[in-house]
Amino acid sequence: MNNCPLPIIDYNKIQIGHGGGGKLTNQLIEKLFLPEFRNSFLETRHDGAVIDFGNLKLAFTTDSYVIRPIFFPGGNIGTLAVNGTVNDLAMCGAKPLYLSVGFILEEGFPLEALYQVVQSMGKAARFAHVEIVTGDTKVVDKGKGDGIFINTAGIGVVESGVEISPKRVVSGDVVLLSGDIGRHGIAIMAVREGLDFETEIESDCAPVSDLTLDLLEKGVEVHALRDLTRGGLATALLEIAETSSSQIRIEEEAVPVREEVQGACEILGLDPLYVANEGRFAVFLPENHAQRALEIFHSYPLGKDACAIGRVVSSGARGMVTAKSQLGTNRILDFLSGEQLPRIC
Amino acid sequence: MKFIDEYRDGKAARQFADSIRRITTREWMIMEVCGGQTHTIVKFGIDELLPEKISLIHGPGCPVCVTPVELIDKAIEIALLPEVVFCSFGDMLRVPGTKGDLFSVKAAGGDVRIVYSPLDALKYAKNSLDKQVVFFAVGFETTAPANAMAVYQAKEQGIKNFSLLISHVLVPPAMEAILSSHQNKVQGFLAAGHVCTVMGYEEYEPLAEKYKVPIVVTGFEPLDILQGVYLCVKELEEGRSEVENQYTRSVRKEGNARARQLIQNVFQVVPRKWRGIGEIPRSGLGLREQYQDYDAEKRFHVSGISKQEPSECISGLVLQGVKKPHECPAFGKSCSPDHPLGAPMVSSEGACAAYYRYRRFSTTQGAAR
Repeated sequence: MNNCPLPIIDYNKIQIGHGGGGKLTNQLIEKLFLPEFRNSFLETRHDGAVIDFGNLKLAFTTDSYVIRPIFFPGGNIGTLAVNGTVNDLAMCGAKPLYLSVGFILEEGFPLEALYQVVQSMGKAARFAHVEIVTGDTKVVDKGKGDGIFINTAGIGVVESGVEISPKRVVSGDVVLLSGDIGRHGIAIMAVREGLDFETEIESDCAPVSDLTLDLLEKGVEVHALRDLTRGGLATALLEIAETSSSQIRIEEEAVPVREEVQGACEILGLDPLYVANEGRFAVFLPENHAQRALEIFHSYPLGKDACAIGRVVSSGARGMVTAKSQLGTNRILDFLSGEQLPRIC
Repeated sequence: MKFIDEYRDGKAARQFADSIRRITTREWMIMEVCGGQTHTIVKFGIDELLPEKISLIHGPGCPVCVTPVELIDKAIEIALLPEVVFCSFGDMLRVPGTKGDLFSVKAAGGDVRIVYSPLDALKYAKNSLDKQVVFFAVGFETTAPANAMAVYQAKEQGIKNFSLLISHVLVPPAMEAILSSHQNKVQGFLAAGHVCTVMGYEEYEPLAEKYKVPIVVTGFEPLDILQGVYLCVKELEEGRSEVENQYTRSVRKEGNARARQLIQNVFQVVPRKWRGIGEIPRSGLGLREQYQDYDAEKRFHVSGISKQEPSECISGLVLQGVKKPHECPAFGKSCSPDHPLGAPMVSSEGACAAYYRYRRFSTTQGAAR
């Protein structure tokens, strides 16, 4: 048997951070999954695979949902499972069509809760114009699961001529952000840790495919799309900078953060640029298309706070992302080693 | 946001930076003591605004960084016990001991929980009498009152399944250790505002006088830091060495009397080991005789564990501003943020970690100081 290719100095057991979307996740992908599964689709490091089928391009993606708490302000695990996969397809420039769903349920999980989750999934699917067309249910012994885990996979079609990929990002591209950041992460943390804030913060969980499709249909030249999930805006930008071998500069002041999210981050010592989102994405596009794109964004409730936050530049180190602070100084954004943790001081 | 934005105003910041530039005639090395201040400096790029003649040295005031490796080993040993619920502030979970960190204990099946207050840990203890709840009490004078309160309440309420694994350290002895070193290059200090909120700043006056250094009690927002640097440079340029208070909105000279009294009642001053520096006499807090039952080291018999810091690490010299991180033979080789050997590489804002991040790009990028 071959030895595990991860360096021995690293963890020899799976840590929570391996699923955090940061450095450890990347290590798993690069050192364990990619070498074994290598193919041209995986190498694009995109949110999903885009496969040519004659005249048709098919987008295909999958995601698993293991969130605690199962219900949170603004949604539940079911809403996430539909919207997350719909959004991954949208990030390929695809029109999402069909989803599969796999439930892993723990013995003893209340049927009433399952009913609520399933209802939310149906509603979310109808809202995003997708159908759940196949599925699977497994039950594990009590204590062997955390109530409910959901996996969804999705397929969609990409119009011919549309090519969305981080590799298309070039210097001069403008970076647009679809709205304010950090609400999902803080909403979850508030429930999970029992933190009471004066205003209840609701998750931003939403499907974004109507918006992305509209951008494409109206002829906006989109180079790349990336939804902001676990590692937040910073991680999404770092991934694009790395895959496209470019440097991205953003203006921190341009990034919309709601006051209640900002306040929670100040108290907990968290950086909103790294806090999770579930209905936000960044667009990379040529400067002369930015204005038109913003007009389209602003015609949707979901995109009403959309704005330009930075651009791709040719000078400087590849794979680097810098943020200009309110003071006019620059800092380098880096991948987190694991989960973002509340600080002592 | 109120109470935040006014202390991050770009125009005011540039005005302060200009004032600092105007009064600076010589090279000065100033140490900001607290990790929270370092965080602000790194996040807002404050050093970029300062004249080149001013060097900021990141001090030993990050509790995550200075907790000795053997204490992490003790924490891991305790947390692995099946009857233990081990509670800690979040960022301690990633600090490496000699064989792993608390995250790896969690992966191995240990019950490790992140809490926001030691009183939350006490609540767990009250609600799960079949478990031993241990709180990892680290930090400076700032976290001491809450930890003292947890122990005090545990005793008052007769909660016996609760204990503290303590690595409490004190700021003034660490400053004195740096100042008394013959290699010391630090000429002025920004003292830690929140430590002084609890303790006041009377105890810094003998230090300023003995070592002829200005000490400015400073807050944590960008304008606080810039004003602190301004006051410190002004003293240096004028040849003064006084204790001044920049952080007047939070700090009184005598501190918080009730918090100090609580610390006094529960804790006593003891020698403590500091990661990267070694043992400093009278530099930490331990439980008083009447609270010894709540000492996790004794309860779980781990006092015997003793570990040496990696010998190639020069973090002590880096923390004193004697050497730059890249002058260390281990820098970027056996020591990196993912596998830190010493204190300043552990925390993301530690001097070595900050340097590492910048250097990764410095070959292709001119100036990202």
